[in-house]
Amino acid sequence: MSRVLSDAADETSPSGGGNAPVGSLEATLRAARDEGRKLLVPYVTGALTPHWCDVVRAVAAAGADGLEVGIPFSDPIMDGPTIQEASARALARGATPAGIVSELSGVDVEIPLAVMTYYNLVFRSGHRRFARRLVESGVAAAIVPDLPLDEVGEWARAADDAGVETVMLAAPTTADDQLEAICRRARGFVYGVGLLGVTGERDELATSARRMARRLKAVTDKPVLIGVGVSTPDQARDVCEDADGVVVGSALVRRLLEGGGPDEAAAFVGELRAGIDA
Amino acid sequence: MEVRSSSPTTMGEPSPSGRFGSFGGRFVPESLVGACKELEAAFRSAWADDAFQSEYATLLREYAGRPTPVTECRRLSDRLGVRVLLKREDLAHTGSHKINNVVGQALLARTMGKRRLVAETGAGQHGVATATAAALFGLECVVYMGAVDVQRQALNVFRMNLLGAEVRPVDSGSRTLKDAINEAMRDWVASVETTHYCLGSVMGPHPYPWMVRELQRVIGDEARRQCREVLGGDDPDFVLACVGGGSNAAGTFAGFVDTRAALIGVEAAGGAAIGHGVPGVVHGMRSHLLQDEYGQVLEAHSISAGLDYPGVGPEHAYLAEVGRARYVEAGDDEVLDALRLLSETEGIIPALEPAHAVAYVARAAGDEIPTGSTVLVTLSGRGDKDAAEVMELLG
Ligand SMILES: Cc1ncc(COP(=O)(O)O)c(C=O)c1O
Repeated sequence: MSRVLSDAADETSPSGGGNAPVGSLEATLRAARDEGRKLLVPYVTGALTPHWCDVVRAVAAAGADGLEVGIPFSDPIMDGPTIQEASARALARGATPAGIVSELSGVDVEIPLAVMTYYNLVFRSGHRRFARRLVESGVAAAIVPDLPLDEVGEWARAADDAGVETVMLAAPTTADDQLEAICRRARGFVYGVGLLGVTGERDELATSARRMARRLKAVTDKPVLIGVGVSTPDQARDVCEDADGVVVGSALVRRLLEGGGPDEAAAFVGELRAGIDA
Repeated sequence: MEVRSSSPTTMGEPSPSGRFGSFGGRFVPESLVGACKELEAAFRSAWADDAFQSEYATLLREYAGRPTPVTECRRLSDRLGVRVLLKREDLAHTGSHKINNVVGQALLARTMGKRRLVAETGAGQHGVATATAAALFGLECVVYMGAVDVQRQALNVFRMNLLGAEVRPVDSGSRTLKDAINEAMRDWVASVETTHYCLGSVMGPHPYPWMVRELQRVIGDEARRQCREVLGGDDPDFVLACVGGGSNAAGTFAGFVDTRAALIGVEAAGGAAIGHGVPGVVHGMRSHLLQDEYGQVLEAHSISAGLDYPGVGPEHAYLAEVGRARYVEAGDDEVLDALRLLSETEGIIPALEPAHAVAYVARAAGDEIPTGSTVLVTLSGRGDKDAAEVMELLG
């Protein structure tokens, strides 16, 4: 995967951590897209099991272009039952934001990492401190679903200053003029929410998913990934007809909740990869 | 007694971003941003519209039973040495102040063309009120309620069902009000195009804290006129209300904020967000919040389901910060004593929530509330819903 790491991105490489260079999420995804590759960004819940870092490594090696690591929050209002349960289990094991982020510095993967969490954990830690921690651990980006455009300013400034990319979300209900503003503010990629609803597996791809992708592609050149309700290789392939790539969370996390380890995670990510490459 | 003047903006409109000082805001998933803006616009125009105001006033009068009286508590006053007046929201239709807010929001839902209401409920009173308004307006209604609260408020679950609402027990987290709110918000994220989220207190994303306070200010506006009659043109020295999310307190305070009355909110000791919380963001708002060092929200523990909430409405955080209102706590045991005291001295069985306010008056009379003071307490609801639980506790 090192083929997609630009020299410019290398210069921002942090001293600590062996991960892909901080600030490299958008550069990496753009480069891969421009080579004609569809993008796959799986989601795993941090600290879900004692060996969760092995899951991260396995997923990275199985064909992911980037990876979202969830930092569990007690009140995850964008998440459905699967990720809620994963968050609750991780918290019951004593997961902390600082612990997860610092463990990530040891995973040493070549793809860029993003954390996904809710704003109170960022706010409580302090914007600058949170951003600095991410940089120190080699985390490239952050996704904070309860920070919409009107509220993102304070965090986004701290993140920009530290070199952390803030992924912005767009929803099917987002008005057109807002869509452009969201894309302008987005770093890393634009996260198109595929349906009206919370995370979770769905039997069929919502018709809103491809429409969301088309609307975003019409207003931005940044990588457009669709997530929420993308659960199977077939669904991933379908949505990639319009999107640059997909985020897949609950379908992978469910396998981990059912006792799957690094091998099962890697096998599923391999299936997704094969699906979108087909 | 401490007398404070308030700035002209105290309990006025929040800033354009929905802030009271640094509190408030709109921290919601992108899917809900449009709905919050639509609601804000609908409320703004409705609130300025005479036709809406008069329909709302008619419903409050003819359906909800307003105005509710102010009752002078002679025997209790003799006992405590302070003159106690009760604003009787327990006499409003459905048994609590919650009906004021819900009738207004149901009218707004109709204006916006929404056919479905979702709500959260702790004590069940807001759920019952929402189910009632949904029946009145012919709307579909789903109420989320923590599984613990479903147990302890079984009577209200039955009432909601009778009214044609679906009650969905919530098994996540602490299985109380906080988790019911999460679940209601998740429902709203998925159904926002057809559904109005009928939030039950002065909390959540902008415009809810402001809108719900405006819909509840009828409590304070009425009470101020009524107190002046009883007190020969005077305002009370102290104005008290219990604080869960803070809607009955905010509605009450709004009527007295520009008087010399000392405003006191009474939180449950196990859910005292202003007493023990620190600034944080949950349920769409920045406010005081019980949380751990990492920002994980802590579970509140109170005898009263309606106060079992680790957060508080953002305007209360602001009123505390600027010193216009003071927030105190009452514990489960003294609340049960107060419930008994009011029942025996006045023949009024209060809900456990406002019994917190009564408990503080009982404790502070002759001390922080000097002997001879006049005290208005908003009795936000009646005790029927708690009878089974209290029977067990006192049994
Ligand atoms: C009777 C009664 N009082 C008070 C409350 C607390 O709510 P708030 O603080 O919004 O008035 C409740 C909530 O369920 C209630 O039922």
